[in-house]
Amino acid sequence: MIYLDNSATTKPYKEVLDTFMKVNETLYANPSSIHSFGGKADDLIKRSREQVADLLGVEGSEVFFTSGGTESNNLAVKGTAMQYKNRGRHIITSRIEHPSVKKAVEDLEAFGFRITYVGVDEDGRVDPREIAAALTDDTILVSIMHVNNEVGTIQPIREIGALLNERPKTLFHVDAVQACGKIPLDLHAAGVDMCSLSSHKIHGIKGTGVLYVRSGVRLSPLLSGGEQEGSLRSGTENTGGIAAFAKALRMHLKEREESLPHMEEIKGYLRKGLSKLPYVTVHTPEINSAPHILNFSIEGFKGEVMVHSLDRHGIYLSTTSACSSRQHKPSETLLAMGVSDVRANSSLRVSLSFHTTMQEARTFLETLEREIQSLTKTMRRSR
Amino acid sequence: MKYNRILVRYGEISTKGRNRKKFTSQLRGNILEALKDQPSISVNASRDRLHILLGEADGDDVITRLSSIFGIQSFSPVVMTGRDVDEMMEAGLALVKKSFEPGKTFKVSARRGDKTFHLDTNELNYQIGSYILKNMEDLTVDVRNPDIKLNVEVRKEGVYLSSEIYPGATGMPVGASGKAMLMLSGGIDSPVAGYLTMKRGVEIDAVHFHSPPFTSERAKQKVIDLSKKLSAFSGKVNLHIVPFTAIQQLIHDQVPENYTMTSTRRMMLRITDMIREKHEGLAIVTGESLGQVASQTLESMQAINDVTNTPVLRPLIAMDKLEIIEIAQKIDTHDISILPYEDCCTIFTPPAPKTRPKREKVQYYESFVNFDELIREAVEKTEIMQIDGSSHKEESFDDLL
Repeated sequence: MIYLDNSATTKPYKEVLDTFMKVNETLYANPSSIHSFGGKADDLIKRSREQVADLLGVEGSEVFFTSGGTESNNLAVKGTAMQYKNRGRHIITSRIEHPSVKKAVEDLEAFGFRITYVGVDEDGRVDPREIAAALTDDTILVSIMHVNNEVGTIQPIREIGALLNERPKTLFHVDAVQACGKIPLDLHAAGVDMCSLSSHKIHGIKGTGVLYVRSGVRLSPLLSGGEQEGSLRSGTENTGGIAAFAKALRMHLKEREESLPHMEEIKGYLRKGLSKLPYVTVHTPEINSAPHILNFSIEGFKGEVMVHSLDRHGIYLSTTSACSSRQHKPSETLLAMGVSDVRANSSLRVSLSFHTTMQEARTFLETLEREIQSLTKTMRRSR
Repeated sequence: MKYNRILVRYGEISTKGRNRKKFTSQLRGNILEALKDQPSISVNASRDRLHILLGEADGDDVITRLSSIFGIQSFSPVVMTGRDVDEMMEAGLALVKKSFEPGKTFKVSARRGDKTFHLDTNELNYQIGSYILKNMEDLTVDVRNPDIKLNVEVRKEGVYLSSEIYPGATGMPVGASGKAMLMLSGGIDSPVAGYLTMKRGVEIDAVHFHSPPFTSERAKQKVIDLSKKLSAFSGKVNLHIVPFTAIQQLIHDQVPENYTMTSTRRMMLRITDMIREKHEGLAIVTGESLGQVASQTLESMQAINDVTNTPVLRPLIAMDKLEIIEIAQKIDTHDISILPYEDCCTIFTPPAPKTRPKREKVQYYESFVNFDELIREAVEKTEIMQIDGSSHKEESFDDLL
């Protein structure tokens, strides 16, 4: 099996699964219970929070555990809107955000919020000047992703942060789910007020995420209840998932140190190999893109067809993002980049992990080339 | 470029006369204690300044930890070079680059501790300054009000260059003024009282009253965590955990309800005083603030203080709650203090404690039973924990994380 769909999800580290199992076997007490057993579970969460904060270079009190990237994004966007609606009702985001941001701001329109969507250039990059131009006295939130999940473009987070530096009333949310562990980001230095992370994108376990909330920022919670996580996110804590997140983040960042050059080498090799193949266009920009994502299209083939044909060889990749691939719509990100409808319909995404090997990349390229050749024959005949 | 050493300037110590040497050696010891996990560090203390030689240690980490040690007015990371002008110019350039942002101004301020050096201060300023100007863009000289001041000090043994000055925690080195026992409940006030006392150079031992099953392990852990925060200012804190259940029950059975609070405080003070004597402390510190709760009226204080002649220091006595909370947040104890576990002060609080207790009355109520024996036993069975920056309990999770 060759797994090249790591932007959809990653394989949990063995050690992370061990942690999850062990916590659920031996520390299953409710962390809110006042007996010492509950206290121990609570201590583990505390330690996990400190570890995550240390690794991110922030304070423990700024780390909130959620159920994942979607919840973190919803909490950041809607929590800001509800908390600060009297300051203003204007939100700026981009056309290429993940659905959990895009749909969240759409929901807010029904409550009288006005949304400005900034576009992207042909590399899929937001222009900070466009954000500057869209800012009004009414703007309470700017939400921009760090790395685009479909094409891997890195957004100019520092520049946008600097732009908002003089505007304490405009909060800055960054969806860093795809960037985490791949592209370093100093949250304090970049002027980020909120940042979403997800465990299963860094070899953790599905169902756990983090929202960083800068000290001093208040959010209106989405869930009412037992006031866990500083009342920001009620619900019994997923102790195992939280510890697993802390461990996955530590291991992933460590692995980055050792394996990033290798990943970049494989990405470079794939980019070169893909551009040589007939009918192929690579959409991921050459510079300023994440080391693990490559998006390309094969003219004349629906992306889905190619996913299925590679599937038969045990090679797994995606059309666009896993989240929208079942909607049978062309990638909005590619359309926003000015890619044609037809091209966008035939796009494919390869996403690597630090465990992807050069041999796997080679096999993938060879198989892809053969499949293109054989499918071309079939398609020609049917024409 | 790597820092070789950190130059530490004393605060108030340098105004002291004959005791100065005691103060500087105390400060030296405290710094070593706070940095003891970095074996390559050594500290040289002299009359008016102190040098931390970093060896292999990470300068930035040391800077973070130095900022909470009392007795330091300010400190500067320093690069040491030989007495070679080329070397000085390179190091100077690297230092200025470190704090540079476009549009900033700078000046070189040379001093010669050793007057035999072949360049005088003007020549040094000129040579080093022009080299830096030549090699950097967007940097200008401002001799009156520079953003970056590069200090170059030529001494016999070498040349010290520095450009950053960090503020210290000021105050007196902890331990320079003897030792006191801090009654640490787990609330917001007592850690602040401990912090302020430490700032005046007093070494703190914490005393906590533990009444299982009325108070929980988590309340105890809270006090351990608070002690750990306090230890950041001194290197370490001894925590005395007094088994208090039997005494609390006896008070409850023996003393009329509206006087139990007064009596409880008296017993706590007696025990703390005995522990103080045993460990050679000179005073007792409490977090009392006038008028805050029933036990903190002047009448109440008089009835409670009746049991000892030892000085009871109350650094918060005239402070408002909000002022106290502000300090608690600054020293990072606030969030621990507000965790909602019952502690020795909250568990047996009567519905209507006497705000103006009479000393004679409480003496009379206590006179029917022999508390002395129980008190002696409690002191004997007191558990002592040494708390420093590294924690014991939490390590059990290392395999999970």
